[in-house]
Amino acid sequence: MKSVLPILTVVLAIVVLWYGATVGLNAQWTRDQAARAGVEVGFSDILRDTLSQTRPKLPAPHQVVAELWQSTWMEEVYGRRGIVQTGSLSNRSLIYHGWVTLSATMLGFAFGTGLGILLAIGIVHSKAMDMSFMPWAIASQTVPILAIAPMVIVVLASIGIKGLIPKAIIAAYLSFFPVLVGMVKGFRAPDTMQLDLLKTYNASRAGTFWRLRLPSSVPYLFASLKVGIAAALVGTIVGELPAGASAGLGARLLSGSYYGQTIQIWAALLAAATLAAGLVMIVGVIERAVLGRMGMRA
Amino acid sequence: MKDFAGAQTVIEAKGVGLVFQTDDGPVQALKDISLTIGRGEFVSFIGPSGCGKTTFLRTIAALEHPTEGTLTVNGMTPDQARQARAYGYVFQAAGLYPWRTIAGNVQLPLEIMGFSRAERAERVRRVLDLVDLGGFGKKFPWQLSGGMQQRASIARALAFDADILLMDEPFGALDEIVRDRLNEELLRLWAATSKTIGFVTHSIPEAVYLSTKIVVMSPRPGRITDVIESTLPRERPLDIRDSAEFLAIAHRVREGLRAGHAYD
Repeated sequence: MKSVLPILTVVLAIVVLWYGATVGLNAQWTRDQAARAGVEVGFSDILRDTLSQTRPKLPAPHQVVAELWQSTWMEEVYGRRGIVQTGSLSNRSLIYHGWVTLSATMLGFAFGTGLGILLAIGIVHSKAMDMSFMPWAIASQTVPILAIAPMVIVVLASIGIKGLIPKAIIAAYLSFFPVLVGMVKGFRAPDTMQLDLLKTYNASRAGTFWRLRLPSSVPYLFASLKVGIAAALVGTIVGELPAGASAGLGARLLSGSYYGQTIQIWAALLAAATLAAGLVMIVGVIERAVLGRMGMRA
Repeated sequence: MKDFAGAQTVIEAKGVGLVFQTDDGPVQALKDISLTIGRGEFVSFIGPSGCGKTTFLRTIAALEHPTEGTLTVNGMTPDQARQARAYGYVFQAAGLYPWRTIAGNVQLPLEIMGFSRAERAERVRRVLDLVDLGGFGKKFPWQLSGGMQQRASIARALAFDADILLMDEPFGALDEIVRDRLNEELLRLWAATSKTIGFVTHSIPEAVYLSTKIVVMSPRPGRITDVIESTLPRERPLDIRDSAEFLAIAHRVREGLRAGHAYD
């Protein structure tokens, strides 16, 4: 309960600021419309209008929440194309688009995590790999993902790979790096004394890896996974932005901006943020359970 | 007094020297160390920081390699002896894995050395009893005091029945009351298992109380200034430390340290 109050305070502050900004940013449009119609507007008129425009510069929080409600529960339960009427998710609902994004995110995340761990194992055990590979891994992350994503989509589409896989590859591209860096550090976490101890048992490198390096790296793994899963989500959404994607939160953002549907954009943004927070929280719960079982308190 | 002169040689050093190459140039860590340790002896290495006592113990364990002279363990090179798992090593810190229970920690070397499951359980039970930790096998390290953790680490070193036990200031981080108790227990354990023990310490009473042979070392470069064969009986109650004989040996250790300018 003690942690709820600070969170609520921050949320409240954000909402207050948001409403203030909504009025401020949308007021110009209200005044322009009034001037065109030749009517005088008072403060209360401005207040009422700025918070209920159909295409505001900045939608008010309640508009975004209403849109979220409309494009999830209402669409699926009462909509003509909703799951209740048709048995399949509506392509106008954020649940559908969120699911498309989530599945690509999870595939990319799994792939990126696996790749990151494998590369970390190689780097820790091979000096040549340590020297040769790490600079490339770092360089790979300095290239703007927005520049690469369309090329990955186009190149893969030309050889017939479409849909989930290209997006997952972009997600993996972003998520392998934090896992790689974290796991290299994690595998190197055991101190000299612990390594010497295994040396006195004449343990093999494999034995040292399984019995010491791997368990020592677990706290680092979870820290990396939290960053990696959020990065995978960003990668997937970026992969959905290039023209061609018709489904996913990224496509939803793009179509919203095509048609000036700011409320739709913000609803999709909020859905993406909620998804990211949920994923990080799930990793956090697993982390606490695993570290608790391992006798290490998170 | 027990005479070890005729006992079988376990560790033999002849003119052992070790030079570390550091960024500030070469450092002579050990110089001209010659020493013979017979089976069943309890040998303490004592001296101030930087005298090479830990380094010498590590060369016996093949964790460091001499740059001069010859060193044999059980008639083999230290590396061969390590591969033959000739010794158990106890470090300054217990270094138990926090993710393993005490029993899990003690059986770590047994897993690596490929003992069967039944054999592991049997040995873990036996060595935990030996260090008075029977019944603590299912606890995690953080649930135990520092002294108990160090006892668990000794059990771990004993688990695979190496006849040499190398201990690097195992009780250095513990308070004196716990240390006294562990010293008594260590003597009991030594008598029960008849192992050869190499023990690094910087406590004069601890060295005199425990050892059959005290090797006094001094720094810059690390060398031996005196080797004292203890005249104390093998049975040693704690109050033997007030006897004239004990004080005489302690005095000689102090003299050896002074001769090596340990007090400068």
